[in-house]
Amino acid sequence: MTSAQNDAAIVDDSAAPPEREEPGYLTGRYRLRDWLTTRDHKRIAVLYAVSITFFFFLGGVAAALIRLELATPQGDLVSDDTYNKLFTAHGVIMVWLFLIPSIPSVLGNFLMPLMIGARDLAFPRLNLASWYLYMLGGAIVLWALLAGGVDTGWTFYTPFSSMFSNSHVVAALAGVLVLGFSSILTGLNFIVSVHTLRAPGMGWFRLPLFVWANYATALILVLATPVLAMTLVLVAIERLFQVGIFDPALGGDPLLFQHLFWFYSHPAVYVMVLPAMGVASEIIPCFARRPVFGYRFMAYAILAIAVIGFLVWGHHMFVSGQSMYAGMVFSLLSFLVAIPSAIKVFNWTATLYKGSIHFSAPMLYALGFVGLFTVGGLTGLFLAALALDVHLSDTYFVVAHFHYIMVGGSVMAYLGGIHFWWPKVTGRMYSETWGKIAALVIFAGFNLTFFPQYLLGYAGMPRRYHSYPEEFQLLHVLSSAGAVTLAIGYLMPLGYLAWSLLHGPRASANPWRATGLEWQTESPPPEHNFTRPPVVVREPYAYTPEEP
Amino acid sequence: MSAHDATAASAPPVLEPQFGSHAQQDFARSFGMWVFLASELLFFGPLLLGYLVLRMHHPEATGMASRHTDMLLGTINTAVLLTSSLLMALAGHAAQADERRRAARLLLATALLGIAFLAIKGYEWHQEFGEHLFPGAGFRPDDARDAGTAHAMELFFLLYFAATALHALHLAIGVAAALWLARGLRRAPPRGPGNETVELAGLYWHFVDVVWIFLYPVLYLTARSGG
Repeated sequence: MTSAQNDAAIVDDSAAPPEREEPGYLTGRYRLRDWLTTRDHKRIAVLYAVSITFFFFLGGVAAALIRLELATPQGDLVSDDTYNKLFTAHGVIMVWLFLIPSIPSVLGNFLMPLMIGARDLAFPRLNLASWYLYMLGGAIVLWALLAGGVDTGWTFYTPFSSMFSNSHVVAALAGVLVLGFSSILTGLNFIVSVHTLRAPGMGWFRLPLFVWANYATALILVLATPVLAMTLVLVAIERLFQVGIFDPALGGDPLLFQHLFWFYSHPAVYVMVLPAMGVASEIIPCFARRPVFGYRFMAYAILAIAVIGFLVWGHHMFVSGQSMYAGMVFSLLSFLVAIPSAIKVFNWTATLYKGSIHFSAPMLYALGFVGLFTVGGLTGLFLAALALDVHLSDTYFVVAHFHYIMVGGSVMAYLGGIHFWWPKVTGRMYSETWGKIAALVIFAGFNLTFFPQYLLGYAGMPRRYHSYPEEFQLLHVLSSAGAVTLAIGYLMPLGYLAWSLLHGPRASANPWRATGLEWQTESPPPEHNFTRPPVVVREPYAYTPEEP
Repeated sequence: MSAHDATAASAPPVLEPQFGSHAQQDFARSFGMWVFLASELLFFGPLLLGYLVLRMHHPEATGMASRHTDMLLGTINTAVLLTSSLLMALAGHAAQADERRRAARLLLATALLGIAFLAIKGYEWHQEFGEHLFPGAGFRPDDARDAGTAHAMELFFLLYFAATALHALHLAIGVAAALWLARGLRRAPPRGPGNETVELAGLYWHFVDVVWIFLYPVLYLTARSGG
């Protein structure tokens, strides 16, 4: 079949949208004031989407400048000091203002109540408060960057951050602290909503895997974020009072900071990737027309990743001087995370087997996610091995590894999700052709950017330097060329998605013939989601393969 | 919200549109409070871990610093806070029996004991500030033999002030909530808060109490005997 026939088979536009019984959530009350005081989870999701997109491109500008500097071996575009501030800005913005809130706060906010058949989240006011905290935290971080920047790296390692750095560390810490409280409120809302607001018939093992993934993510947000919050407060106190809780010269312990920081920041990696797994688990069955393979194992694997993820933070500290025995235990536990992760990859693959696969834009993103996540995950095993990590620690190998997970994994899945649920959120269809082209450009640009960085790191190129020996130039130039391609790929959806808002064809309630509850209501859904309260009578993912 | 009015008018206290019944709403709120408290518990975690590491690195200096705390006032404060928790529990019972006036009086008494705790704690801080025990440039304990001991003692007081101040902040929020509730209970729902709200405030109050039950021995008692 050609791809055009594929589209015809998957896009169900035969049924004209029926007369609406209730207006959609976007209709009416369109003043700015109405939006800024809304308690509708769907509108809050849109607020998040707009703000997160802004910060994504801001963090992207910092990354572009980094790659531009690295096109030549000499440090000639920016000073080393500015370079430090650039990669710190890139890290802080991308981690706390984009990746952590991206899928949970945008797609999760919009979809969690719809998917469990609820009228809203349990605490709508808290949900809005969480967006305001996000904006406040974002404003503080932005101020810290505009006032002169921060040069510690996103990890704020002590005693450099607390005693020696002459940049705006305290402001950045304050911003991240506020963002943390925003995360906690979102997490709390998700946990309580899933426990209390499921529709009749929606048992735990009928929940879509997207809900499972965001539920597990919420557990991490609620239990790990407060540890980071207090740690950042202690760093700020140390800096303001010149007392050395993390400074060995003053009787403190710098490893204590690293333990506390990674106790949050490793689970935070799963905050970034678990929701992405949830998105892939929705898209792949729909466009393979097959039930997800091993549903219960998928759900258990999500929980296992969340739980084991709390116990592996020490693998960021293999070369820190922590006890060798601690290193061995952390190494073993890190290998253990690979098991549930591999279960998920195998099950996605098995879902495709004998399916009727449609290579639509969301599917291209989802398949890209699976492939890139696999590469990122396997190279994670290299880094979990104690001896190999000594060689690879603090090199571009590490940079490539986590970008494969965070960008190749999470950002691909986020974009896949945005395309998949675009008709539901906006009531419009986007251009399928442009969607596919963008997905392929992003996939190619991503690999060109980050695959050379594995080779660079293996050859010994350390991270966080703005100049380097000439023999590394070829790989660096390839990586920078990839970054340009990637930037073009990221700008394309901005164009055609915006165009579709005004000119896209109207979407039917269920254009992909998908099975989730969110597709049972109109596109866009009415204010309280369902005209009639849904009752769940089927297992999730009740897809049947088409006749060839 | 138009859909809101249809459900809200009939049943006091207000049933928010996302809930199907009052039982569901009450459960969600109390469950939400438990999740929040779990998060709060981990918020205090780094302070306790920091204390543990400090004591392992500098057992002697931690003991010396701990002996500067006022054990008598700390013990009195523990009794004050435990009593306040008893009154809060009684307020919860009264509210459950729909004796709103009694609940309001008990909440007022709870808040007054909370204020008493804060006053005593403030007096302690004042004393310690006078003895140059506040971390920073002015930190000069009278018994530190050398700079290393003084640094370690300063770290103890950093954790002491951070933990007790954070605890006091939580208690102040609890006092404000108790006073607001005591006032609000005089009006019937839907204008006043529902009876189950007292239960929620109680959960929070007991949590703040439990945090103190850990801080009190850790800061005042255990290191004092050693080193």
